Amino acid sequence: MSRTVAALCLILCAAGPLQAGETPLDTAALERLVLQDCGSCHGLTRKGGLGPDLRAEALSHWAPEDLAQMILDGLPGTAMPPWRALMTEREAAWIADYLLATE
Amino acid sequence: MVRPIASTLLFLTLLFAFWFNQALASEPRSTAGLGVVIERATGAVLIVDRSTHTVLDQVEGFGDLSHASVVFSDDGRYAFVFGRDGGLTKLDLLTGQIVGRVIQSGNAIGGAISDDGTLVAVANYEPGGVRIFDADTLEHVASFDTGAKTIGLVDVPGRRFAFTMWDSGETWLVDMNQPDPEPLIIAGMGENPYDALITGDGRTYIAGLFGEDGLSLLDLWEAEPTPRRILPGYGRGEEPLPVYKMPHLEGWALAGDRFALPAVGRHEVLWLDSRSFEEVGRTATHGQPVFAVARPGGRQVWVNFAHPLNDTIQVLDTATGDVIHSFQPGPAILHMEFAPRGNEVWVSVRDAGKVLIYDTETFALTGEIAAESPSGIFFTARAHRIGL
Repeated sequence: MSRTVAALCLILCAAGPLQAGETPLDTAALERLVLQDCGSCHGLTRKGGLGPDLRAEALSHWAPEDLAQMILDGLPGTAMPPWRALMTEREAAWIADYLLATE
Repeated sequence: MVRPIASTLLFLTLLFAFWFNQALASEPRSTAGLGVVIERATGAVLIVDRSTHTVLDQVEGFGDLSHASVVFSDDGRYAFVFGRDGGLTKLDLLTGQIVGRVIQSGNAIGGAISDDGTLVAVANYEPGGVRIFDADTLEHVASFDTGAKTIGLVDVPGRRFAFTMWDSGETWLVDMNQPDPEPLIIAGMGENPYDALITGDGRTYIAGLFGEDGLSLLDLWEAEPTPRRILPGYGRGEEPLPVYKMPHLEGWALAGDRFALPAVGRHEVLWLDSRSFEEVGRTATHGQPVFAVARPGGRQVWVNFAHPLNDTIQVLDTATGDVIHSFQPGPAILHMEFAPRGNEVWVSVRDAGKVLIYDTETFALTGEIAAESPSGIFFTARAHRIGL
């Protein structure tokens, strides 16, 4: 019984978002960044503007890793800037997942 | 004989009572001291009284107001609000009622009103082009399909409009006095124009370029204006910084004998001679400028900055180009609007949920109003300015 609990804990801990030694993400701040600052070019409803449509359906053919990469490095030749200086890779990954999961 | 007199008296008494009630219900009011504040995240608009620093009304139902802008009817009574979602909404500032609304495209960027106040034009990203509406009824009057993201729409004297395409670098001039207007198409404005302005005298149209260092200028007094490049290569080959927010050229104004304008991808304000359009100086700033707006009269230029350095305002002295005041009103400063004669400036501080009001001589805080994610602030004095 206790072994099952221990195993379960191990699985949950490993699968959980918080790895040992990592600080939790400020998801409220990230959500606001998506709404307000991505929204500057992509619209508050993410329907697009100067930048393209970022709604979940429009992005569904992208892998989350590729989206995170685009956020971090920008798209040369377009107005999409690299955000690497302003966020961590974990934060970019969170935003990519958020864009794919949130209508 | 008696009866007609009695009924006339009764009628006059009733008329007086009606008038008296009306007068009590609403003092006559002028709109010259009013303005609107965009509440970006909630799709609402505040009607504000500039002289008393108060909110008169909050009106909802404007749709997606990211990147919203406003022009005013010639009599200053109505605000035309342009939403990101293609909505064009007409708001009565005296009653606080929305009196007209059309969704005229899928994705819009801004608008303008003709010099005679009869036509409202909207620039669209999707589908790209400009649509023109009757200012009274919001009925559709004309469409110009450009097939490209359309920016920098301004009113030009003579019932004309000018606008420019991000993708193709063309500027189109349309003369709405013609029954079936054919646009005059001017090619070669440059790589990815991101915004444009018309000078306050209605003569010079200037487009800022994202895709190259420089700006493009048209003299609209010429019968067939041709683009002239100004400040070519102002970055001098340096790699530009990532641009987290495009600068805005609207509000860019003549300050003395110089223009101040935001550099793209650089922490600089550039100064131009207002006659030759040659560079006469630069000011190193706190961050990448978004707005560089001259205080009416041109004595100072106030500058706000792009994310993530957007908690700061710097005030530049026009004569010397020096930064004479730097302060931090709060997180995410999006817009600054001056009182028409420049004594005060209203500043929207989005993430503090406030509009702060400052005295432009002493820089003292003189007022504050609460607003939900405020962005653009627009005073009715714009009704009587070319290009606003």
